[in-house]
Amino acid sequence: MSSSTNTPTHHTSTIGAIGAPSRRNTELALLVFAVAIPVFAYANVGLAISDQVPSGLLSYGLGLGLLAGVAHLVVRKFAPYADPLLLPLATLLNGLGLVVIWRLDQSKLLQSLRGFSPAAPRQLLYTALAIAVFAVVLIFLKDHRVLQRYTYISMFCALVLLILPLVPGLGANIYGAKIWIRIPGLGSLQPGEFAKIVLAVFFAGYLMVKRDALALASRRFMGLYLPRGRDLGPILVVWAISILILVFETDLGTSLLFFGMFVIMLYVATERTSWIVFGLLMSAAGAVGVASFEPHIQTRVRAWLDPMREYELSRQITHDGILHSDQLQQSLWAFGSGGTLGTGWGQGHSDLIKFAANSDFVLATFGEELGLAGVMAILLIYGLIVERGVRTALAARDPFGKLLAIGLSGAFALQIFVVAGGVMGLIPLTGMTMPFLASGGSSVLANWALIAILIRISDTARRPAPAPATNPDAEMTQVVRPS
Amino acid sequence: MNKPLRRIAIFCGLLVLTLLLRDNWLQYVRADGLKDDPKNRRVTIARYATPRGDIIVGGDPITGSAESSKSGLNDLKYKRTYKNGPMWAPVTGYASQAFGATQLESLEDGILTGNDDRLFFRKTLDMITGKEQQGGNVVTTLNAGAQKAAFEGLKKQGGKGAVVALEPSTGKILALASYPSYDPSSFAGNTDDDAAAWKKLQKKYNPADPMLNRALRETYPPGSTFKVVTAAAALENGKYTSADQRTESPLPWTMPGTTTELKNEGSIPCENATMRVALQYSCNTVFGKIGSDLGNDKMLEEAKKFGFDSEQFTPVRATASVFSDDMNQSQTALSSIGQYNTAATPLQMAMVASAVANDGKLMKPYMVDALQSPNLDPVAKTEPEELSRPLSPKNAQILQDMMQTVVEKGTGTNAKIDGVTVGGKTGTAQHGVENSENPYAWFISYAKLPDGSSPVAVAVVVEDEGANRDDISGGGLAAPIARNVMKAVVNSKK
Repeated sequence: MSSSTNTPTHHTSTIGAIGAPSRRNTELALLVFAVAIPVFAYANVGLAISDQVPSGLLSYGLGLGLLAGVAHLVVRKFAPYADPLLLPLATLLNGLGLVVIWRLDQSKLLQSLRGFSPAAPRQLLYTALAIAVFAVVLIFLKDHRVLQRYTYISMFCALVLLILPLVPGLGANIYGAKIWIRIPGLGSLQPGEFAKIVLAVFFAGYLMVKRDALALASRRFMGLYLPRGRDLGPILVVWAISILILVFETDLGTSLLFFGMFVIMLYVATERTSWIVFGLLMSAAGAVGVASFEPHIQTRVRAWLDPMREYELSRQITHDGILHSDQLQQSLWAFGSGGTLGTGWGQGHSDLIKFAANSDFVLATFGEELGLAGVMAILLIYGLIVERGVRTALAARDPFGKLLAIGLSGAFALQIFVVAGGVMGLIPLTGMTMPFLASGGSSVLANWALIAILIRISDTARRPAPAPATNPDAEMTQVVRPS
Repeated sequence: MNKPLRRIAIFCGLLVLTLLLRDNWLQYVRADGLKDDPKNRRVTIARYATPRGDIIVGGDPITGSAESSKSGLNDLKYKRTYKNGPMWAPVTGYASQAFGATQLESLEDGILTGNDDRLFFRKTLDMITGKEQQGGNVVTTLNAGAQKAAFEGLKKQGGKGAVVALEPSTGKILALASYPSYDPSSFAGNTDDDAAAWKKLQKKYNPADPMLNRALRETYPPGSTFKVVTAAAALENGKYTSADQRTESPLPWTMPGTTTELKNEGSIPCENATMRVALQYSCNTVFGKIGSDLGNDKMLEEAKKFGFDSEQFTPVRATASVFSDDMNQSQTALSSIGQYNTAATPLQMAMVASAVANDGKLMKPYMVDALQSPNLDPVAKTEPEELSRPLSPKNAQILQDMMQTVVEKGTGTNAKIDGVTVGGKTGTAQHGVENSENPYAWFISYAKLPDGSSPVAVAVVVEDEGANRDDISGGGLAAPIARNVMKAVVNSKK
């Protein structure tokens, strides 16, 4: 176990409660970079825009450092064996996101838009709240397996969360998608972001119980294993309801995300490849079905196929009653103008994307100002978060933890793909946001909660096995020869 | 459960890999195309982010840059200004924050903004030393005096028209005037006033079409000035070998395959006249018959050698002049006197005069002499280039002799200059249905100094709807303008 006791002079080593390295100091060292890099970026933006170090530099640096420090201390105390990378990576992304949002706040073009208010202070407030949520999760969720008890409550919560935006008076239709709720004093929240986590808990709890039934008690039909209705029924119903709700809310991105998460977890639980085939068929059918009657989605597909035409149409007064958007073409131009190394912080013109520049299209700003190098770094950071999540799932000792970890990290990976692919014109836009980078309170809160749960699972997974009961004869009898 | 987990891990890795590939495609492979897309607003922002370099004539800039008004949302820092805008507009084109850029302003945008790759070293140096990026200069071949004479002449005339002057030995464009013109300063900015000024200049609202570059982009029937080309074809094809050889030209002459007689203007001595006399009096019958006898192919071949039927790039593109390739004999006869389908830009006719003056060698016309970096280091220099040889030196001498007779004692006496030998040809081109509209007055000419060098060839066209029809003639309206332009060039040589 511990290599220090395994030196040539000691020919024997003892099985004992010698702790696995907790890696908390590694985490702290990485956090220093995760705070320092955004602080330098912040200074850089100020120098580029107004030739002076921004006046808020000190408070920004201290604020971010304080938040990271609190998070670190909470992890050190309540999840000492947790994965050391997750917290610094999330902190770095969140910090860079704040810098970019502040940078876009300085844009005269965005300031002139109707309903402008600086997004950075709000984002900073939500980041503080999110770190509080992060701490609360780690402090009160001592063991993730507790969540199993709430399988059906989770199902209920997820459905409520998804239905909320459709409640009259509470929901808000913003730019064609009805996925927000207005909370007086707090602004708009996107309950779908939280539903992602709650639904993962439900899927994990349910699948853990039913996985054998789903995998084994099935009939073979046309080369595919079809499970019994009573096993699959509830889960299919929940999934179908959430998709239907999302269709009514015209939020294809989240539907896709839930569906992908569902298929991944089902596949991991049952170990049956046929589920993948089944899932792909269903999602294809669903996508075609929805796209055939939903004008909001048709518009997006059209914009994806020919962004230049959409751009031209958005410049003209058209009479076809369809809202044309130049955003995608503007985003492509932003990426292209950034080139390999980018224009440098604060020196791009991604504000030409208008109101979505700091939310849906935040990656385009990185693309223009940090270039190919910067975007690749960002994508790799996301990739690393996903990798740590999957590793946590592999290391977890209980099926519930495995399922929950893979569900959350799979959903995270899908969200990155759908959003980044959308703003880069690889797939149609779906209107989700880059976790941590984009301006938006619910997104920051939910994603920090997600990281907290992953950290909790990884802590449980990496915690060394409890020490065997002390036996006075142990040293005399249990001798293991070094191999 | 670990086997499917590993597969999911690979799947997630593939998702990220796909994004990385797409990003490389977007930001590396396609980057330049997206970056330089003229619809990409950043192109405009970069164009006006720093003071633009200048377009220079004879050592003096004819352009400038001023800071735009800071009001509103304008993200463009500097705007273009022009000195004597209407006079130079056919040379510079315009660079407008709202309406884009044309001609030299657009073609040499890279040098003028300082973004050109040839300025890369300098740009990098400026970036390191923290200096604001500067634009380079475009040095033109134009002659300010000639341009002024051309523009003032057209303005005094009052009708529409254009003047092109070339240096025959090099192809340098010395004057390029179009009238009526516009002031590119009036819509260089991004304000409502600029938009109103722009609207007023559009053909839709302004039938005079002031933004049309008549020197390069408008073709006119060249009328009798085309007889120079026909005479060149006769000499080159050996139909006649001297200026004073009697031609077989009956009067009246009925065009082959028709019962129509080709008419001359007034009663002039055209029957079996020599080519010299025929050019002196501008005999339609003589040159019509020469063209008809030579046939479409030989005429077309000669016209093409002079530059017809192809676009010219100066580097600003000039419309191709027309000589058709599918005409019967009578149509060829009409085309050979510059009517029927024949149409020429003023630049084209200046090229004809220039080739004759340059002993038969036609030089490629150009108007950018050199490009300079912001600190006036040379970046590029245009070398004169031969385009073709429409005439042998001997035949060119014969044609010069004939054209000088036109100015000495023919229709072009208005172009005489003391102490300088001038050769020219007038033209009065009919146009409109049944020739109902006022004709175009043409004059092409060149000047020769006592030392035998020829510093300038010029083409003038005037379309004057206001003038009394009978007063319109190439010699009356166009020749005085040509004379002043030639005089300005000759004086600047002294």
